[in-house]
Amino acid sequence: MPEPIRVIEGKAVPLKLENVDTDQIIPAEFLKILGKKGLGRYCFYRWRYNEDGSLRGDFILNNPRYRDASIIIAGKNFGIGSSRENAVWALQDFGIKCVIAPSFGDIFYVNSMKNMLLCIKLPEEQVKMLQELAEKEDLILRIDLEESTIKFRDRILSFEIDKAVRERFLQGLDEIEITLKHIEKIKKYEESMPSFMIPNPRRFITD
Amino acid sequence: MAGKSIFDKIWEFHTLYEKEDGETLIYVDRHLTHEVTSYMAFEGLREKNRRVRRPDLTFAVMDHNVPTTDRLKPIRDELSAKQIAALEKNAKDFKLTLFDLYSPYQGIVHVIGPELGLTIPGITLVCGDSHTSTHGALGALAFGIGTSEGEHVLATQTLWLRKPKKMLINLEGKLPENVTAKDVILWVIRNIGTGGGIGHVIEYDGPVVREMNVEERMTLCNMAIEGGARTAIISPDEKVFNYVRGRPYAPSDDEWSQALEYWRSIVSDLDADYHKTIRFHLDKLEPQVTWGTNPAMTVGVTEEIPDPGEFDDPGEKQAAERALKYMGLNPGTKITDINVDVVFIGSCTNGRLTDLVDAARVVLGRKVAHNVRALVVPGSQLVKRSAERLGLHRIFIDAGFEWRNPGCSMCIAMNEDRLRPGERCASTSNRNFENRQGPGGRTHLVSPLMAAAAAVYGRFIDIRELDLPSREEVLEHAGAY
Repeated sequence: MPEPIRVIEGKAVPLKLENVDTDQIIPAEFLKILGKKGLGRYCFYRWRYNEDGSLRGDFILNNPRYRDASIIIAGKNFGIGSSRENAVWALQDFGIKCVIAPSFGDIFYVNSMKNMLLCIKLPEEQVKMLQELAEKEDLILRIDLEESTIKFRDRILSFEIDKAVRERFLQGLDEIEITLKHIEKIKKYEESMPSFMIPNPRRFITD
Repeated sequence: MAGKSIFDKIWEFHTLYEKEDGETLIYVDRHLTHEVTSYMAFEGLREKNRRVRRPDLTFAVMDHNVPTTDRLKPIRDELSAKQIAALEKNAKDFKLTLFDLYSPYQGIVHVIGPELGLTIPGITLVCGDSHTSTHGALGALAFGIGTSEGEHVLATQTLWLRKPKKMLINLEGKLPENVTAKDVILWVIRNIGTGGGIGHVIEYDGPVVREMNVEERMTLCNMAIEGGARTAIISPDEKVFNYVRGRPYAPSDDEWSQALEYWRSIVSDLDADYHKTIRFHLDKLEPQVTWGTNPAMTVGVTEEIPDPGEFDDPGEKQAAERALKYMGLNPGTKITDINVDVVFIGSCTNGRLTDLVDAARVVLGRKVAHNVRALVVPGSQLVKRSAERLGLHRIFIDAGFEWRNPGCSMCIAMNEDRLRPGERCASTSNRNFENRQGPGGRTHLVSPLMAAAAAVYGRFIDIRELDLPSREEVLEHAGAY
């Protein structure tokens, strides 16, 4: 069962790019690795490393100032594309606990929530404002899920989040266990499922 | 009261329970899995000592990182071999039907689902792959899911979902000759943007859709995710029923009338309401070619590479500059002046028989340009064998194409089929993201016709300028080989 999370506090890094797809977050060749551990090494691999394996100086996550950042402030449509949950595991293993953006790819958003990587949607102006602040000097954000607030310096921003998602973070629930409380409804559907919906091998294709 | 759309009807049929806040427990009739995204889901089951609730509704196939070369040789890539072996073990331990490397039904998961009759209208279907929307072409409600959700489906045969919004895309008019479903979907994405469909289910309708065969509709639904949509769906019609009938897992003759009755009942009502309706008039659509690093960065074949300076939105401008740098292109370049090094015909977008027939229409009687490496990777063993029975493989091989075994191949570049840094590819696949087809590779997404023409001419050409045989004519020629 995942550990409950109420507060995330950490340094923010501005990733001023839109449409960051999950292929960039973790390239497909690393999806062959079985397991979640150690994927942080491959997070944003092609943006972090040159072909010869040396670090690329032009990528913000390589900037020593942001090396300990745990909150990414990104442009719109973060996490679009492939459904690979490895993108979430890679971000988490890299040390990211929260991503703030104006919008997210649907599947990435769900995958993140299931793994307790918090995704916060904020209006574009607020995202830009946070990006600029984080660019100028160190920006430490304190995100409180119970209050649905982001606090920094003397300011407070509030954000909206699904009740179900918030509960999940605050209580660290095992979703399968919760679902199995509805087992009678599942069985009832299965009993009434028409036989034509069951994929029995009824015939062969002969060449 | 407004009527219901096909999505509403399938959603209601499969709703087991709805929470006050709108989270809904949906029953899943079909779960397709492959070697890449399933491993941790099975591990999760093992850890909790859980089993697969409905092995009879769950099917596994090897597709993402399988070699497309000789299947009898051992897999050279150690990690791929391990991942493939893991799926084999999981299918055995959890008692699932597996279409392995040597199965005559092996292929890309979104190709084999429909062709085996695993996908039928009116069902809910999930797969740990974002292109699962493909199955919507048959009138199934199909969602691409992550690994955690996959584990949840394995254990419970259900999924928690929040009801997406509905977007109707009406495709009106009649497509010009040799302008295809691929051009339509690139045009749609170009217009709605990569995030335009976020939170929505797209329903396609209109005369252009009705005119398309079922495989072409799959191309249309396949790339809905590239417009951000949760999935895509099309109300089934006689073409779909004829497509499904007689397939290995499709309803038998005794059940057929019952199935038909249900399938006819789920089509969208004429007065169904949608959160958003978009119309596209496609009488003058031209072949589309992507120029950048996401599928919305698309222009028509007679257009030029756009100038980032002309984008108003600063985000778009920055993205265009970055994309042109990556792609090694200059603003103002004509699409038809762009040379290609590699041509890839295949993938869950365009790896079906219709696509291979289309490509063969161009290739027949021509040769691949001397400086181009060209691959045909059929979407499945069934597609491959059908093509071979028709004689299409000879057309490709004689022209200088490589004729491979089925898999995801150069669409995702997890196996050995990949671009070298800087290589430029005309590809029938679905993503032109940076490094997608191999580190440093440059992808232009196009239709099978446009890709085949690029192979022959070594650059993009306007396919409408060629005098092409019809699909029927090319099949006649192929048979005579």
